[in-house]
Amino acid sequence: MRRAGIAGPAHRRPPAPTPRWVESLKLELKGITKSFGALVANDHIDLVVEPGQIHSLLGENGAGKSTLMNVLYGLHQPTSGEIHVDGSAVAFAGPADAMAVGIGMVHQHFMLVPVFTVAENVALGNESTGRGGILDLDATRRRIREISAQFGFDVDPDALVGELPVGVQQRVEIIKALAREAKVLILDEPTAVLTPQETDELMDIMRQLKANGTSIVFISHKLREVKAVSDKITVIRRGKVVGTADPSAPTTELASMMVGRSVSLTLEKSAAEPGETTFAVTNLTVTNDAGQRVVDDVTFAVSRGEILGIAGVQGNGQTELAEAVLGLRRHVRGSITLGGTELVGRSVREVLDAGVGYVPEDRQDDGLVGGFSIAENLVLDLYKQRPFSRRATLDRAAIAANAAAKVAEFDVRTLSAADPVATLSGGNQQKVVLARELSRPLKLFLASQPTRGVDVGSIEFLHKRIVAERDAGTPVLIVSTELDEVLELSDRIAVLFAGKLMGVVPGKSSRELLGLMMAGLTVDEARAHLDHPDATIEREPA
Amino acid sequence: MTDPAPRTTEPAPEQAPLPAPTTRPRQDGEGGRVVREILSGNAVISVLAVIVALIIGAILIAVTDPRVGSAAGYFFASPGATVNAIWASVSDAYGALLRGATYDPGARTWQGKLGIFETLTFATPLILAGLSVTLAFRTGLFNIGAQGQIILGATFAGAAGFFLDLPVGLHLVVVILAGALGGALWGGIAGVLKAKTGAHEVIVTIMLNYIAAALVLYLLKNQLKDPNSTNPVSPKMPDNALYPLLLGPNFRLHAGFILAIAAVLAVGWLLNRSTLGFEYRAIGTNPLAARTAGMIVSRGYITVMLIAGALAGLAGTAQVAGTEKSLDAEVAGSIGFDAITVALLGRSTPWGTFFAALLFGAFKAGGTSMAVNADVSIDIVAVVQSLIVLFIAAPPLIRSMFRIRAVRREGASA
Amino acid sequence: MSTVTTQPAGRPAGQPAVAGVGPAPGSRRTPIVLAVLAAVAIVVFAVLGPGGQATFRISQDNDAWQVPNLVLPAKAFGVAIAVVCTALAVLAYRQMRANGRIAKWVTLTYAPVFVVGLLVWIVGGTTTQNITLVGLFTGAMLITTPLVFGSLSGVLCERSGVVNIAIEGQLLAGAFTAALVASITHNAFAGLFAAAAAGVAVSALLAVFSIKYVVNQIIVGVVLNVLVSGLTGFLFEKIMKTSVNGATIYNQPAQLPALPIPLLSEIPVIGPMLFRQSIIGYLMLVLVAAIWFGLFRTRWGLRIRAVGEHPKAADTVGINVNRTRVRNVLAGGAVAGIGGAYFTLVAVSSFSKDMTGGLGFIALAALIFGRWNPIGAALAALLFGVAGNLQSILSLAGTPIDGQFLAMLPYALTILAVSGFVGRSRAPAADGQPYVKG
Repeated sequence: MRRAGIAGPAHRRPPAPTPRWVESLKLELKGITKSFGALVANDHIDLVVEPGQIHSLLGENGAGKSTLMNVLYGLHQPTSGEIHVDGSAVAFAGPADAMAVGIGMVHQHFMLVPVFTVAENVALGNESTGRGGILDLDATRRRIREISAQFGFDVDPDALVGELPVGVQQRVEIIKALAREAKVLILDEPTAVLTPQETDELMDIMRQLKANGTSIVFISHKLREVKAVSDKITVIRRGKVVGTADPSAPTTELASMMVGRSVSLTLEKSAAEPGETTFAVTNLTVTNDAGQRVVDDVTFAVSRGEILGIAGVQGNGQTELAEAVLGLRRHVRGSITLGGTELVGRSVREVLDAGVGYVPEDRQDDGLVGGFSIAENLVLDLYKQRPFSRRATLDRAAIAANAAAKVAEFDVRTLSAADPVATLSGGNQQKVVLARELSRPLKLFLASQPTRGVDVGSIEFLHKRIVAERDAGTPVLIVSTELDEVLELSDRIAVLFAGKLMGVVPGKSSRELLGLMMAGLTVDEARAHLDHPDATIEREPA
Repeated sequence: MTDPAPRTTEPAPEQAPLPAPTTRPRQDGEGGRVVREILSGNAVISVLAVIVALIIGAILIAVTDPRVGSAAGYFFASPGATVNAIWASVSDAYGALLRGATYDPGARTWQGKLGIFETLTFATPLILAGLSVTLAFRTGLFNIGAQGQIILGATFAGAAGFFLDLPVGLHLVVVILAGALGGALWGGIAGVLKAKTGAHEVIVTIMLNYIAAALVLYLLKNQLKDPNSTNPVSPKMPDNALYPLLLGPNFRLHAGFILAIAAVLAVGWLLNRSTLGFEYRAIGTNPLAARTAGMIVSRGYITVMLIAGALAGLAGTAQVAGTEKSLDAEVAGSIGFDAITVALLGRSTPWGTFFAALLFGAFKAGGTSMAVNADVSIDIVAVVQSLIVLFIAAPPLIRSMFRIRAVRREGASA
Repeated sequence: MSTVTTQPAGRPAGQPAVAGVGPAPGSRRTPIVLAVLAAVAIVVFAVLGPGGQATFRISQDNDAWQVPNLVLPAKAFGVAIAVVCTALAVLAYRQMRANGRIAKWVTLTYAPVFVVGLLVWIVGGTTTQNITLVGLFTGAMLITTPLVFGSLSGVLCERSGVVNIAIEGQLLAGAFTAALVASITHNAFAGLFAAAAAGVAVSALLAVFSIKYVVNQIIVGVVLNVLVSGLTGFLFEKIMKTSVNGATIYNQPAQLPALPIPLLSEIPVIGPMLFRQSIIGYLMLVLVAAIWFGLFRTRWGLRIRAVGEHPKAADTVGINVNRTRVRNVLAGGAVAGIGGAYFTLVAVSSFSKDMTGGLGFIALAALIFGRWNPIGAALAALLFGVAGNLQSILSLAGTPIDGQFLAMLPYALTILAVSGFVGRSRAPAADGQPYVKG
């Protein structure tokens, strides 16, 4: 689906022929506060977006960036504070009002109707109609072609959105905003689903938009991207503006502003002492229900006392790989062995019983039962064993005792283990998952996105627990789309692209090398490319 | 290791929204929590819902009563007459309802006086079918199909009753098992289709209800027909196949009621104490997490629908081998649909379902007496029942009617 | 919160990932189903086919334009049908092997061929061996008309994301109110308007509870059916059964007359079926076309479909999701209410208790079998109407198949449809999920 086109400098697309100058607009947020009950998501935030500027909003997951933008886009009403457009106060009752003054937004989760065509999605809410409200999609198609031509997009107005690759879907979102004459474009974590190369293309688009006079609010927690593209950076932490910075500011300074104290970017861990190789994946191919190979002939192995990190842009087969190991996938060929036992074809129960500890990438969907108590969640996959049950009857006392011990050991912040797990913060929920999965003797520990949406303090704690498990001699497999996390934890790194293994490299490999591999170059091609950066590599689309 | 983020900034609003957390105020101790829950929580809402529904029913009764109508004709001349007429109308109806459902000192016979046992008789199939809906609901399945499962259960039980000739005791056991099997079969179809094809159980069970109705009618015209009757009804059940009467021949209350109580205890254990119930509840709350924890969701759907169907099938046996003593096309009456409201009123807990079924059983027993003694159609009972469920399902409505302060929630709207 | 208001299962609403919309795995079962039906055709229609002839009378005696009867040798015709069905099944299997999908025309041809084969087999097997097509189809309209209105109500509600289990209640409320008001006013049109209002009233409850109070939509629907049944039953006993001077004056509604359209009404079969109807019948034809056009060709429809598929996306482009839903639910109530009026103003001249007799649920079945499409739903309603009418016709003539099995047909077909055995029946993605901002 996704192209592996490596755009060298020579491939940069030419500037738009006749830029359509957009009338710029100055946007000011004054003392915006937004609270949900007791929770204050935004606390007196001031922000000025000058006309024709790329203004980055930098902050951790959960810092309140998206909430602020939802306020700006009219999806939430501020508890207090004002929004000014070109000097005069405005109030948005809904997104329609925000759009009317020229604010457009590309949401982190695309707001596209999958069963609609591109044209229908772009038209929605802004339809050209003939008499009697009859749709005139031709006008919309023309507009899409116009915008596509201006920015060099290749978007078919009549394609079904659900069948487009994510990168193209994102462009549809941008077209949607531009078709509404957006003068300020909010991009909410737009690079989360993109390869480094697609990210570069997006940044080109952003610069082009800026050249046309469109202001951009770029929301991200990725320092490199923010530094690369911004005119100005505002850093938000726990709902408050902690300062502004120039893009030339040093990375470490921005990082400490973002997380609130100087952080050591590297985890203290001793060198790995790999033992015997007990976990091996051989020629693994996973096919999805539509018949596509989502994991394609992948082979690797993990030794005792070693952390293998699997890097890659979201959606390149990591999820399916992890699910295949656990036995959640139906169409699996090849071999997965753990200590000589074949896992392919086994049920989840059997895989867990074989000694696999599994942390799913989405704890709320797959890791926890929100309405269950913390204690119940701590035995979610152990309830059939002694001492938690005997003769098909649960032993509540044993379950409670286990909960008390685990809550203390993993520092889960709660008043009572009988409370529903859904009342916990993200970090504490993740501690519950890890506590459960690490509470029995393991032969393999497999964690997907172990710290997604988790506060910094919990991240350190969780990372230390993972390394401790490695040091206890367990083979550890980490799947993460956060390159920083992979680099921090891994002793070796495997990169997946379009379901294929691009190669396995040492844990201390360079970001550039990994970036190229994440974009679809094999380890050898990537190394060659780094040695001779001017040479363009011809590759068939994957 | 310390968590630098204070509780109040969590959960992070940028993540997918949590299922609305039902945190109670932290400063409350355990005792305060209980008191608070009783005052502003479920119990009061339930009682108020019943009261409001009865008031609306009373308004309907009064408005349609010709005595009230004629008194209202000279309302301005004598407003008191109208008030008296309304009072007479409503108290006649609800008085008859209450006496019919509990104890009627004015009745001539003992069975007329002790309506309470009629209440228990009517409640028996409601308890069993209500448990069926409750159990499925807790597993995340909406069993609208108790009606069809009752019909199949009654049909199987009836067939076992008519066609077999077994000794005392054994025959009844076989009839009960046959009923459970019939219901399980019908429920199992929905479970299998849900598990294997993803077919929505609501649609499938609704459709199965009507298929069951057509099927039983076919059988009653052919294989199960009473040769001595021109109507599509079965012969009488042989005595060996009947539930023994608990209070002698003057009362209809039969041993099915004991079976129902046993079922409440069994479902209670199953849901709250057993490992299987743990799986069911996990699947019902979050099937994806259940699957990741090694539970087999499809097997859960199939087995729970087998059990739920069997429970509804037992309700069918209570009809055919208890109350009605023969099979006809109306054997399930409206029990299958009432069971849904019973389960909702009972908040999907086994004992809640039990007491809700008693209430609805009382409505049925009293409704008959109300129709006879106060000339108020038993249909008003359906109105009151459905209003109760609507009000219970929408606590904010009841709260705003009575200006009860809601339990404060932290960050629930985030 | 108690379990009462929570969705039984599934991911949180409002965040569907923009994922591929490939063919449903269910469609792979289609060749199997076609093969099974072909086997049925071979065994039942051909091998065990009745001897003699099946006669289809097309014209009525007083028709201006007489068309000769259609006489088919039942067994030979059964063999022909079996051959065609087998050929189509083989073709479907090969297409599925080759392309992973089956050309639309194959299934679209298969269905009518099989139905015709079934009809000939049934008629050939009756004692009289003949059937009046006009009677079959005009009689079917008595069932089809309320079914179409009911399923259109479902289309309007569910396309905007509100599950409507309360169709039965809406029909019943319409039937009762039409009878009462048309009796009091002696004006059938007043009854018609009142019926629409009654449908809207039921819908208003559905909207208030499921949208404002976010109660599970299925619960509300189920309960509303009980409520309407109880309420109309109660009022029927109290008001309509009261006779004044020996006449039940509150249950003698003025009737809507049939309005034959000149020329068109003379077309064989189609004429009596479609062009000798009351105003409600014509309204049905107009509504099917109008709602189809509205949904798929206008701004109104685009917005409704967006709200039903991905409400959050609709919200972010300034569409008020819940207002759209409330409007659609109310409009659906009006449509179903009119359908209910058909019972008491056209079909039967008085109200009786629970007279809709589960047709609301067959309408739900037609909605699903017609894939949430107004035209599809109308065709499904026609099929179910014919099956229902055939059942009553056959109960008079001896028959190889019991009428009860025809009665099961709509329900069985719907189960097959939602299980993916017959085509692909996919509800709007956000159907049944309340939309809560946040």
